[in-house]
Order: sequence, then C-alpha cells, then structure tokens
Amino acid sequence: MSATALPRAAVTRPVPVHTGPRVVLGDAVVVAGRNLRHLTRNPQLLVFATIQPVMFVLLFRYVFGGAIAVPGGSYVNYLMPGVFAQTVAFGAIATGVGLAEDLSKGLIDRFRSLPMARSAVLAGRTLADLVRNVGVVTLLVLVGMAVGFRVSNGVLALLGGLALLLLFGFALSWVFALVGLLTADAESAQAAAFPLLFPLTFASSAFVPVQSMPGWLQTFAANQPVTAVVDAIRALVLGGPAGSLVLKALAWSLGLLVIFVPLAVRRYRQSG
Amino acid sequence: MTSLAINAEGLVKAYGPVVALDGVDLAVPEGTVLGLLGPNGAGKTTAVRILTTLLRPDAGRAEIAGVDVVAHPQAARSLIGLAGQYAAVDELLTGRENLVMAGRLNHLGTSCAKQRADELLDRFGLSDAGGRTVKAYSGGMRRRLDLSVALVARPPVLFLDEPTTGLDPRSRTDLWEVIEELVGDGTTLLLTTQYLEEADRLADRIAVIDAGRVIARGTAAELKADLGATVVEVGFGDAATAGLAVEVVRPYGTLTGPDDSHRLQLTVNDGPHVLVQILRGLDAANLAPARLAVREPSLNDVFLSLTGRPAEPGADLVADANRSAA
Repeated sequence: MSATALPRAAVTRPVPVHTGPRVVLGDAVVVAGRNLRHLTRNPQLLVFATIQPVMFVLLFRYVFGGAIAVPGGSYVNYLMPGVFAQTVAFGAIATGVGLAEDLSKGLIDRFRSLPMARSAVLAGRTLADLVRNVGVVTLLVLVGMAVGFRVSNGVLALLGGLALLLLFGFALSWVFALVGLLTADAESAQAAAFPLLFPLTFASSAFVPVQSMPGWLQTFAANQPVTAVVDAIRALVLGGPAGSLVLKALAWSLGLLVIFVPLAVRRYRQSG
Repeated sequence: MTSLAINAEGLVKAYGPVVALDGVDLAVPEGTVLGLLGPNGAGKTTAVRILTTLLRPDAGRAEIAGVDVVAHPQAARSLIGLAGQYAAVDELLTGRENLVMAGRLNHLGTSCAKQRADELLDRFGLSDAGGRTVKAYSGGMRRRLDLSVALVARPPVLFLDEPTTGLDPRSRTDLWEVIEELVGDGTTLLLTTQYLEEADRLADRIAVIDAGRVIARGTAAELKADLGATVVEVGFGDAATAGLAVEVVRPYGTLTGPDDSHRLQLTVNDGPHVLVQILRGLDAANLAPARLAVREPSLNDVFLSLTGRPAEPGADLVADANRSAA
C-alpha cells in the first residue's frame, strides 16, 4: 500500500477552533475544579494544607516564642504574618508535585491532545492553589486570633495584607509549576522544592528578626521575597510606614510572575 | 471516492543519536482500521505522538482528515481521540467526573458533557462504577474508562496506543469487543500493538514497523500469503531425539527450534507433500514424533521471517491464553 495510492481528503472540513480569553478562563476553571476535588479526596493533601500550618502556629507561639525577642514585644503578632508566608510558600509545592504527577501518569498528554486552551492546565493548577490558600489562610487567621493574635490597623489593612500574601502564593505556584514540569516526577519535584523553600522561609524575617542573624546571612535574609512580603504584611496589620514595603513586596510577586509564567507555559508546550 | 482520515508522509523523528522514526508513510482511509504492529521501541508510540500533535516531526508531514497536524494542531485535536498506554484517567475523580471534565474541556457545555458521560458509562458497562473513584477500578475498567474519555467528543479519528497491554486475557477480549463495535460505527482507527493476534483480529490493514521503518504492509491474509507458507510443527519426547531430528527435517524448509518443549517448527511451501516426506525421513531414522501439527502461519511467523526474530517474547503466551479461553 502506497501513501499516494489514495487521494487526500478532497475538501478540508471547516474545523471550529475555540480560542480567546473566555475559553482560557473556562478551561482553567474546569482544571481548577478537578484539582480542588483532589484536596477533598486525598486526606494527605488536606492534612498538609491545614494541620501543618496550625501546628507551626502552636509550636512557635508556645514552644519557641518565649525565647525569641522581637521589636514591639508581642511575639504572636510578629509570628502570624510569618506563618502566613511560610504556609503559602510551602503550599506552592502542591502545584509542582501535582503537575509532575500528572506528567508521569500521562494525564498531561491527554490534556495536550484535547482542543483546550494551552495555558489552562497551568492556570487551573495555580488557581486551585490560590483558592486553597484563601481557605487555609482564613483558618490560620482564626487560629491566630484564638492564641492571641490582634490586628491593630483594622480589617481593611488585614485584608490588604492577605491580598498581598495570596498574590505572592500565586506567583510561587508558577515558580513550582516550572519545577514540576522540569522534574517530571512527584518525588523529584518534592526533593527539588525543599532546598529552595527552606532558606527562603527560615532565613527570612518570618520567625525571627533579621538583625539577630550573622552578617553574611542578614544580607540574604534582608533581600529576598519572603522577608519583603512578611515585612509588608506586618506593617499593614500591626502599623508603621507600609508604603515602600508594600511596593517592594508587590514588585517581587509581579516580577516572579512576569518571569515564570512564560517559562512554565513554554515548558508545558514543549514537554513530552 | 474514499478520502484519507490519516495521511503521513516521510515522518522522521530522532532523539539525539537515536532515530525513533526513519521515514514512515501511513495512509488510513476513512472508516478503516490500521494496525501498527511492532515490538517495544519500534517507533509505534512516536508515530502516534506525532499524529496526535504531542510531538513535532523532524521531517515529513501528517494530516488528520486533511488538517496538517503541525500547522493547525488545535484544529487537528478537535478531530481526534487518543487513548494511550497508561490509562490516563484521574484516579482521584470518579469515572463520571473524568468524563464530564473531558467533555467540558472539549467545550461541549456542562449539561451536554454530563449527558454524554452517562451515555458512555452505560455503553462501556461502567454505569454502576461511575460514581466511584477510579482508584478502586480494575485494570480492565480503567482501560474502558480511558477509551470512553477519548470518545467524549465523538472524534472521527481514534488513536489507541497499545490499548490492551498489561490486561489479562479476559479483559483483553472484552476490550476487543468494545473496539470492534466502535469500528462498526464508522470510526477510523489507528491501533498500535505488540500483539499479533490483536492486529489480526481488529485491523483491516497492518503496517509492520521495526526500528523506525515500515518493513511490510498489507492485510493479515496478504502478509501471511507473502510468507507463502504452511507451518509444520513436530514435537519430540526429549532433547536428544529432537536434536537428531533437526538434521532430518532441515532440508525441507526454514527451521526454528527446538524450543523448550523439544518442538521443531518448519516453515514450508507445500505443507501436505513435505509432511509426508518428513514423516518418511523420521521413520527411516527411527525417530518417533510425540506431537505433530500443520497450521497456517501466524503473524508471529510473519514477523520472524521479516526480521529474523520474534515480535516479542510474550506473544505466544498471549495467543495460547486466548486459545485456551476460547
């Protein structure tokens, strides 16, 4: 049988192709719905997402907190913005691990063979992280209140701080989307994430003042995104000049998005 | 006039120094089934990945119903359904949720997607399991779900990449029946398989692929006829007798064996005539056969004669399992 023995399709059928921002958003919402369902079906994910940050609040409030001196005196007020940032930072691993798992199980191939928006799998995944973060952070605020966390600047300032936090979490989800696509299996994605996140969250102002660290570490700690976001939230929630800190935190989050969204989408198109 | 649902010309794909496809042409007329048959690593999956827009070819072109897969991948995607080697369904969703998600991502609309999901669950005998998470499904159920997900948007062209690999014989036969029914409805199908029996049963035409090249093509009957042969099998009680018998039968055809069960297999041109001569020769040498059979060549024999090696080690086992199930 030769390829030229039969005529090609005489008439190319008109094939409807769905495109546009509404399609991207619609597809992303479908994928996000799927990922949020996972959270309810896989108890491990739910435990990781909720119980662990609560444990951190209790650990630092009642075990380590007494030994840490902070400006302003109240450690629980100092601590909570730090735990918020740590929580969304570690939560972003879910995007990387989830994508790596989908890749290794062939689900990404299935998505890529569908006439759906190209960026929707990543957008849906990071959107699901965002929705989960809204829930987890709400829970953390309540737990914080229960152990003595008090907001001195009013509800609007708190909401502003949380918005800044959620944007940062969303940006990190895109960073880990790229990590997940590059590593392509869940264990490696997890293994790659921790060495990135440990210094970012612990060598920051999240749990202790940067000034208490040795000089060489201060240089890193004072100039990295977790510190920027935590300082901005603290200023908003607890009072103090917030303007330039908020701008710095915004710049970090938007900068990460500008760099990592295109990189992750490009990698998604190529992978396979 | 029949037009081509799948048309590929000169497909080349290399991964570094490894050439996965080395100039492959495929033409599948609408409503027919092409079996792409070959061992692991022959390039079957690479060909499917190019045709389903997952991979760009280094050279050559491919069209689905006249739509170029490289130039218009999104349009091509709306014409195809793909079920891969590893049942790509979401384990944490229910069967029904998997189907609804696929429907919505095919832009069917939510209510239409739900209706289609129920239709497919019913058709594939998954209605009762539709509300359970896929985690609890058997291998056969997963494959059926995977196949139904590929069919959500009623694609005119379907790709099945080793749809029954790893299934037990019973699930395999079940899936074959489902696929036969689909093809009966006019779906064009490209099926890759390592199982000769599967290609024989499901495919109108077969392309045998090895090391990135199509080394033979035709219907199962044509491939067997090309071999121009009957297979004579003579079994013996022990290795020593079989060893002596090798010398007796060797002149009459192409010999393989003796195998573990002291069986010699001879591909010959004139079966009945040669059989008599073989028996005379064995009798004269005082070698009594324990078993004797004359059969039409299988696709495994075809592959053996084309490449000098069996298609894959498990092929006989599968065929045997199916024979005993039948």
